[in-house]
Amino acid sequence: MNQRLERWLPALAVFVIVLVAWEGLVGAFHIQRFLLPAPSLIWTTFWRVLPDLALATGYTAGNAIGGLVLGAALGVLVALATARWTVINEGLMPFAVAVNAMPIIALAPILNQWFGLQNPFSKISVVALLVFFPVMINMVRGLTQVSPAALELFRSYAANEFIVLGQLRLPNSLPYLFSALKVGASLSVIAAVVSEYFGGTQRALGQFISQRAGLFNFPEAWAGIVVACLLGLGLYGIVVAVERAAMPWRR
Amino acid sequence: MQLTDINKTFGGRGADAVQALKDINLSITSNEFVSLIGPSGCGKSTLLRLVGDLITPSAGDVRVNGKPAHEARLKREYGMVFQQATLMDWRTIRQNIELPLEVMAWSTDRRQARARQMLELVHLGEFERHFPWQLSGGMQQRVAIARALAFEPALLLMDEPFGALDEMTRERMQLEVLRIWSQTRTTVIFVTHSIPEAVFLSTRVVVMSARPGRISAIIDVDLPQPRNFETREDPRFFEKITEVREALRRDEARGVALRAATS
Repeated sequence: MNQRLERWLPALAVFVIVLVAWEGLVGAFHIQRFLLPAPSLIWTTFWRVLPDLALATGYTAGNAIGGLVLGAALGVLVALATARWTVINEGLMPFAVAVNAMPIIALAPILNQWFGLQNPFSKISVVALLVFFPVMINMVRGLTQVSPAALELFRSYAANEFIVLGQLRLPNSLPYLFSALKVGASLSVIAAVVSEYFGGTQRALGQFISQRAGLFNFPEAWAGIVVACLLGLGLYGIVVAVERAAMPWRR
Repeated sequence: MQLTDINKTFGGRGADAVQALKDINLSITSNEFVSLIGPSGCGKSTLLRLVGDLITPSAGDVRVNGKPAHEARLKREYGMVFQQATLMDWRTIRQNIELPLEVMAWSTDRRQARARQMLELVHLGEFERHFPWQLSGGMQQRVAIARALAFEPALLLMDEPFGALDEMTRERMQLEVLRIWSQTRTTVIFVTHSIPEAVFLSTRVVVMSARPGRISAIIDVDLPQPRNFETREDPRFFEKITEVREALRRDEARGVALRAATS
């Protein structure tokens, strides 16, 4: 326990120093609250708007998680299909890698119109699209990048392709998968919030932030932003916890 | 095991084709411990993989207990140990040994009992629930050997299994392999770079030469069994080592002369 604390102490110290400095600078230079509110103001504002904020966060979290699960599931399925039939793999991978490098978030307004602004699926689809590509690419790598010595070993056992898939390729791909899921967890919150900037129900975190900012109500907007950050961290933390449970052999 | 007129060429028929093996004929009876030794590129690893049906010969015939190599592989008559232990990180030591038994659809009880038995054989009983990363290189190789022998193959193929280990661990492992060999009575084909290792372990040493890979000499090692640290000090041990070394040097000289004559 003490060892853990020691590791986190420097980061904690930096965090506290930044907060204190922020508070101090705002006070010392009398920075207007509509430019940059002090942490203390954000704190008090947070408790004031909690009911609305909680509702909005619940909606956005649902979209983020739904999109994350959907994108990841599709990514794994497509990866399994392309790893099995390498012809598809060679045709698809270059495109997948290229699309992954593009700002998919730019499609958010279009997807909003396709499915309707009020329909949560318009937001979930953006998240799923963003999560799909890194998961698929990483999963394919994990399934195909097995050591030749291991493949020789299974050949010496006269094992069929299914056994090689289940006993070698799938376990080998788990670290790759979780690496992509960690990226996906952060991306999912970003995608959910940003896609909400373009419209839709007001009980959404993205709308909460953009509307308050539009009215120059920055303390409330910041409260929303802080919650969005915490949501992203929370999802990331959940993925890390699942990873530890799924791969108990890691040191 | 019988190798008849084995030839293996890599790279097709073009100018880049490399003849790895030429006219190999070798016969090995059961319970033998045969080493393959030779300079790099003499095809000893290729030959081992041909025996194990991991690659197919360009010409010639490999038979194990009367069956073609391919059939023998499908009947799981080979156990293989490579230079890297190639253990599955996500399985415990016992589960790693159970891997071939799972592939062969043994029942859970039978698998576990056999895995525990093999662990005892290689003196790693207390590490049943450990993971590979927790074991040293030598211990991992012992697990690989236990895994290779778990299903009692007729033939144990080893490709420089101790290459990555330090000298002292190597000597200990050599004694281990001999002990296991005498207990299980498998036939062993062992590829090595080390002349003392080949002589210490084997009943016969097959000396190979390169370009193209050929068998240049087969030397009987009639040192007494069981071999132990006393064997290492026996003057006959050194005589045999010299015999193998001379055979290797003769090939080298022949190769140099040949190249000088044709250039």
